[in-house]
Amino acid sequence: MNARVISPGNVKGTALVSKEPMGFYGCVDIKTGMVIEKGSPLEGKSVKDKILVFPCGKGSTVGSYVIYGLKKNGVAPKAIINKETETIVATGVILADIPCVDHVDVEKIFDGDTVVIDTEKGTVEVIK
Amino acid sequence: MYLTKEEEKILAGEEGEVSQRMFRLLVRLGEIYGADKMIPVGSVQVAGVSYKSIADPGTEFLEDIAKQGLKVKVLTFLNPAGMDLENWGKLGFPKQFAKNQLRIMNAFKQMGIVVTATCTPYLAGNLPRFREHIAWSESSAVSFANSVIGARTNREGGPSALAAALLGRTPNYGFHLWENRQPHYHIKVEADLTFSSDFGALGHYVGKMVKDKTPYFTGIKDADTDQLKTLGAAMAASGAVGLYHVNGLTPEADLIKKENLETITFGKKELKETYEKLNTGKQPDIVILGCPHASLREIAAVAEKLKGKKLKKPLWVCTSRVMKEAADRMGFTQIIEKAGGQIVADTCMVVSPIEDMGYKTTGVNSGKAANYLPGFCKQQVVFADVDSLIEKVTA
Repeated sequence: MNARVISPGNVKGTALVSKEPMGFYGCVDIKTGMVIEKGSPLEGKSVKDKILVFPCGKGSTVGSYVIYGLKKNGVAPKAIINKETETIVATGVILADIPCVDHVDVEKIFDGDTVVIDTEKGTVEVIK
Repeated sequence: MYLTKEEEKILAGEEGEVSQRMFRLLVRLGEIYGADKMIPVGSVQVAGVSYKSIADPGTEFLEDIAKQGLKVKVLTFLNPAGMDLENWGKLGFPKQFAKNQLRIMNAFKQMGIVVTATCTPYLAGNLPRFREHIAWSESSAVSFANSVIGARTNREGGPSALAAALLGRTPNYGFHLWENRQPHYHIKVEADLTFSSDFGALGHYVGKMVKDKTPYFTGIKDADTDQLKTLGAAMAASGAVGLYHVNGLTPEADLIKKENLETITFGKKELKETYEKLNTGKQPDIVILGCPHASLREIAAVAEKLKGKKLKKPLWVCTSRVMKEAADRMGFTQIIEKAGGQIVADTCMVVSPIEDMGYKTTGVNSGKAANYLPGFCKQQVVFADVDSLIEKVTA
């Protein structure tokens, strides 16, 4: 699949997928990387070292700083894939230097899929 | 997006890792919003200053940047902090909160940012000119700069404004371009607007209706800059209005295209209904004025009302340090304090932890404050003009 590069970096990893928009401030624990938002499809799971896939961001603009903090604490996702990256997530991943692409058909990616992101070519490959 | 040779070098990391990352932020945001190039900015105003708003993740980010030794390239001011930076102890701000807030202020100061914390930078020493490109983030200040002054800024987030300050540039899109400064709605004002709170009510109503679009007002006979700041603040809070025009009063009103606008009428009935809607409480535990930060004229008016009176409940007038000093010198502060009130500088009710200070119902004359207090500070709100509010809390 083709993708638009928000933040560069080539990575390969395991997908963790939320079908719902995702917030970070008050939603993901900055120290552990656990999703703590009640009712989130990912509640109780860790984003650490995952290719985190969700349609778009939501919630507080402090979310940008939470993404930065996750990286600093060593519990950040390996990369983020969105349908549409809005400014909160875009700001966060760029500040934290986490690879991120958007304009991707995220419905074709499922939990546990192996995903290869190449930001030089602007592609996302899903290996079942 | 077109980048100059110098800009390409920054993006390649030749000016260091922090500049590279902050510039990458501006370039990506520019690409997302369709900017053709970068433009220089004359000044910056950075939001995300209160510890209550940015918490530990934001504080640590700012400290990391400050440690790198990078300095801002243009005049940069800050949004209100979470407390009065000098008087916090006396006003009852929690100690732990104060400690964290001071860490944030130190980080900003290390970057060369003027630690004047106000939502009215234009009253405190950061005044852009007509058509100057700037990168401001406080929503009411953005609205004032765009609308009343005719400067040009988008509604920046905290990090993108900081990046603009450190690099002296912003991507050229949105309100920086003349075609995006045209109105979408014609607001016919038929109600008589007397008090500042009437302008707040009008702003609340219109912001809800037009969301992030640009309104053009007719029927506002006169308004001073205090009333216009109140109007813009309320629209930026209930909607996401970053620019408005007022026939006869704002500098671009005669220059814009006024064809095919959708009309919204604001009469006596809408005014009354907005007051009713914003009132969720009955008797205030505290009255807080100065949202956005009070001008000297507004402080003088409060002092005049409080002369020789005694307050039964606390009353704060929030303002910038600059206005507070003028108020001290003019004796307004002493009059307000003698009545039992306070002039609180550097902070505002929305970003300060008033819910942790024992207050449940707050009296305000600001449409913006009335909009935010229930959610951000778990307050019930008494929304009224300043005279009625003072009557409610004086013996």
